[in-house]
Amino acid sequence: MSGQNGNGKTNGSAPRVGVYVCHCGINIAGKVDCESVAEFARNLPDVVVARDYKFMCSDPGQELIQDDIREHKLNRVVVASCSPLMHENTFRKACADAGLNPFYFQMANIREHVSWVTKEKDEADKKAKALVAAAVHRVRFHSALEKKRVDVHPDVVVVGGGISGIHAALTMANAGKHVYLIEREPTIGGHMAKFDKTFPTLDCSACILTPKMSDVKNHPNITLWSYSEVVNVDGFAGNFKVQVKRKPRYVIEENCIGCLQCVEECVFKNARFDDEFNENLGKRKPIYMPFPQATPPVVLIDPTQCLRFTKGKCASKCAEACEKNAIDFDQKEKIEEVECGAIILSTGFKTFDAERIPQYGYKKYANVYTSLELERLVNAAGPTSGEIKLRNGSTPQSVGIVHCVGSRDQKTNAYCSRVCCMYSLKLAHLVKERTGAEVYNFYIDMRTPGKGYEEFYDRLLEEGNHFIRGRVAEVTDWAMSPEEQGKLVIRVEDTLIGVPRRIPVDMVVLSVGLEAHDDADDVRRMFGISCSKQGWFTERHPKLAPVSTATDGVFLAGACQGPKDIPDCVAQAGAAAAEALALVDKGFVELEPNTASINADLCCGCRTCVSMCPYSAIKVDETQDGEKSIINEALCKGCGTCVAACPSGAISQNLFTDEQIFEEIEGVLSYV
Amino acid sequence: MSNGEKTPTGFEPRIVAFFCNWCTYTASDLTGISRLIYAPNVRVIRVMCSGRIDPQFILAALREGADGVLIGGCHPGDCHYQEGNYKALRRFKLLKRFLNRMGVEDERIRLEWIAASEGDKVQKVVNEMTEQVRKLGPLHLAPIATPEAFEHEDKQELVAAGAEGESS
Amino acid sequence: MRYLYYPGCSLKGTGRAYEESILAVFKKLEIPMDEIEDWNCCGATAYMAVDEQKAYAVASRNLALAERQMDSEEIHVIAPCAACYLVLLKAQHYLESKDGQGKEIRHALKVGGLKYQGKVKIRHPLDVLVNDYGVDKIKEKVERPLEGVRVASYYGCQIVRPYAEFDNQYNPISMDRVMTALGAEAVEWPLKTRCCGGTLTGVVPEVGQRLSYILLREAKSRGADAIVTACPLCQFNLECYQDEMNKRFMHPVDIPPVYFTQMMGVALGLGERELGLQRQFVPLEPALAAK
Repeated sequence: MSGQNGNGKTNGSAPRVGVYVCHCGINIAGKVDCESVAEFARNLPDVVVARDYKFMCSDPGQELIQDDIREHKLNRVVVASCSPLMHENTFRKACADAGLNPFYFQMANIREHVSWVTKEKDEADKKAKALVAAAVHRVRFHSALEKKRVDVHPDVVVVGGGISGIHAALTMANAGKHVYLIEREPTIGGHMAKFDKTFPTLDCSACILTPKMSDVKNHPNITLWSYSEVVNVDGFAGNFKVQVKRKPRYVIEENCIGCLQCVEECVFKNARFDDEFNENLGKRKPIYMPFPQATPPVVLIDPTQCLRFTKGKCASKCAEACEKNAIDFDQKEKIEEVECGAIILSTGFKTFDAERIPQYGYKKYANVYTSLELERLVNAAGPTSGEIKLRNGSTPQSVGIVHCVGSRDQKTNAYCSRVCCMYSLKLAHLVKERTGAEVYNFYIDMRTPGKGYEEFYDRLLEEGNHFIRGRVAEVTDWAMSPEEQGKLVIRVEDTLIGVPRRIPVDMVVLSVGLEAHDDADDVRRMFGISCSKQGWFTERHPKLAPVSTATDGVFLAGACQGPKDIPDCVAQAGAAAAEALALVDKGFVELEPNTASINADLCCGCRTCVSMCPYSAIKVDETQDGEKSIINEALCKGCGTCVAACPSGAISQNLFTDEQIFEEIEGVLSYV
Repeated sequence: MSNGEKTPTGFEPRIVAFFCNWCTYTASDLTGISRLIYAPNVRVIRVMCSGRIDPQFILAALREGADGVLIGGCHPGDCHYQEGNYKALRRFKLLKRFLNRMGVEDERIRLEWIAASEGDKVQKVVNEMTEQVRKLGPLHLAPIATPEAFEHEDKQELVAAGAEGESS
Repeated sequence: MRYLYYPGCSLKGTGRAYEESILAVFKKLEIPMDEIEDWNCCGATAYMAVDEQKAYAVASRNLALAERQMDSEEIHVIAPCAACYLVLLKAQHYLESKDGQGKEIRHALKVGGLKYQGKVKIRHPLDVLVNDYGVDKIKEKVERPLEGVRVASYYGCQIVRPYAEFDNQYNPISMDRVMTALGAEAVEWPLKTRCCGGTLTGVVPEVGQRLSYILLREAKSRGADAIVTACPLCQFNLECYQDEMNKRFMHPVDIPPVYFTQMMGVALGLGERELGLQRQFVPLEPALAAK
């Protein structure tokens, strides 16, 4: 054991433990007899005082502890309440405010681990007592420790340049922080850039988004790296090192002024490659700008299509046409590294692949579209200049909008995607307004919780849109009557009148749900956070820490955390920016003092620990007799792996010494 | 089966669990937040990383009266400290062999990877393990084996492997 | 590989042509197959509706018999009737389910001196022909390619639902692949698994026949010369009521439905009587001769 570890003594005097059992209202007291737990605690070794109280985390609760520290000369405190991940810091601070070193404190988790998960009351009592005994046993061997302060890098990295990332980046840049905004696609803007109108106000998406995009480009505090991906993240809150892969666009970004002369002169006279930005409904050339307001306003070359790359030779008219000499066929992928204090993830979502539900006929019948495709069709800047036309060029007379495609479905995604009802209403309105077609909405439930949302639904009802309640069974081209000939027939049970119906339409729109990106699992692993089974990034606490993650310094904004509409994304992005600012503005972080150290007297110099350390924090000090290992405290992250491996018992981890854990084991098993 | 129901047999095993702070302990908090009821037989001790779990902790728990020990760490590749869970796995495998020789059944110690989002897995694993250990009955550690006994056993193994001639 | 063959009642009765054509085609393709000795009812329809447990027991006896007859780690039992195929699969799932439902069935088998060890794999002949034998090999054996013949493959509800063991549940294609291998043109249509009327045709003819009619009419309107089926009941409903349908509905239908194995036999150069084609109410040959 290293010198600073206790042997059950503080400042030479015997431990005097105070135990506080929290009722947490009825959260704990409803299952655990807190009074009897306190009574039990009174008989545990070195316990001087034990009490139960309604809410230990409240001010009076904390004062109770502080008064006892003064009055009963307590030098150890145990609180049995919720998870230490919830309130450990609250109580440590309470101890510190009463003059006790905050690390003379231990928590017993009798809410998450007992009252909320146990059926029988007497079993809950027993388990609570065992956990309290463990905490008391352990706390007697605690010692005084100091938190270590580390300076925080003032810059921030935002990953993903949709509306969430844009808003977060601008907020922080406006506060004077330098922001790196990293976007995988050639342009920022995300899904919002593809929409024509936004619900329920029907304000033009481009009109509200484009100014923000150009603010990003022009902001002196923002470095925008589009067509770039984060490939590695190292470090901890306050000091991250982020490696970014900058994919070659074969165009020198600084030189390109977005005049599009190169696109004009490309040897492909006609655009003939699928245009991803237009959901493959339009065509583009191998050299292209995704859309007119793309930010940065810079072209790029697709090497899988450009003759220069596929055939090895081309007249390279584009390069000839460029007066700024911006075309560079030899551009290579580059890895850059940035340092930052905080990271905001705003990587967004992907839409559900409608082909996964074959009975809806997507990709089988030409006139079955996804909602995102229809967004492009109604968009004035889209492939049809905003005219809603079928693939054969005619205007649909009737349109069926199928809700919940890939949502609320045990076979695909059980969750509600939250935005589909509202965007379906918006699309229904736009279709009716522009074509006068009969519009049928097939819905399970209409979900319109939001400001002005239900009113928008009312408006649609008044406009004469049809609403049929029932999940669509099938979209087919099989006609049963002359009216159905040549149409797509939507088969559905109308659950309001209780009959199966066949509705013939010209166009079917599948309102696809939102899903996490395919690589969400790789991304969350890289940033050391977790995600739900569906791939949505997990917030630290669903209510109280909705933009924080399990990793300090990494925050979430927008739909990468779960399906969200634009107002919610922006609100959350603002919150994430505020959290990130709070971290970097403070200028320093305090680290848990749970680092490991080696007692040189016991070290035999075997070097077992050296290979254990993932951070190369352990070195062999060859100047010492017998070549002893030493731990660089600044590099140690406190996992304790070396401690468990040391054959001589020479390494000890603060807050998790062998002695403390052995005591905890004994405590948890000795009484009940 | 054992969602907190008591069995008529009367034997209720005590299981000590060592959960890592970042994944499994967080998951077990989520189990609570989600109000998923499970067998009350497991008592959790928090460590920062499953790599901190010294085999001696497990031995100590069994010696102090635990009928089983459960270890929870992050999924492979997910360790908050890069690779502590792999270290835990190696130690676990070795320890299992050792415990086998001591007459401790395999089902009494269990290692599970449980991610922070897998609150339901904590419930499932605890219930399963409680049920298994309950079936095994209380742990009675065999008298401490002498070195001679080990030697004898080694020999038997060698005979079984047909390698006696070469080794002796 | 040697297969066991479970005919079921239909293939010895109304579906005789199915049995005749399967045996002939398998012989021609040299796929060895033995009938399960002492087989009994599969437990479908009546049994299943009245007492599931008994139905499973009845079905399970056939599985146990298969194990008694063949000494192998994996026993492939071919059940051509879609209802038999489904019920045997269902019984197997029941027997092998983890929550121990199969206990009483096992006991029943034991009383009868039998035992089921889980070695049986229930196969539909379509599955065997496409996935074991292979369409390429079928193609090689074709003697009379069905050039220009447009065939609509009709799968019915039972061979892909609820267990999609060998084909896509929503858009099965294995029969289409066989037809293409025979040189025919597979008609793309969306009613491949839509209800044929099933037993309703017998009890509520106006509803049942309407459902069969929808299939015939749609196949016809998509230019099919013939329909191929893989289930005795589907075949019966589509084939035997065409006269009545033509009285009942406005647009007459006239399209021969045959078992897919009969169509295969024709292409493999087998004779009409070998394939039971002489039993047809709606003859196949005129549809082929026109090509």
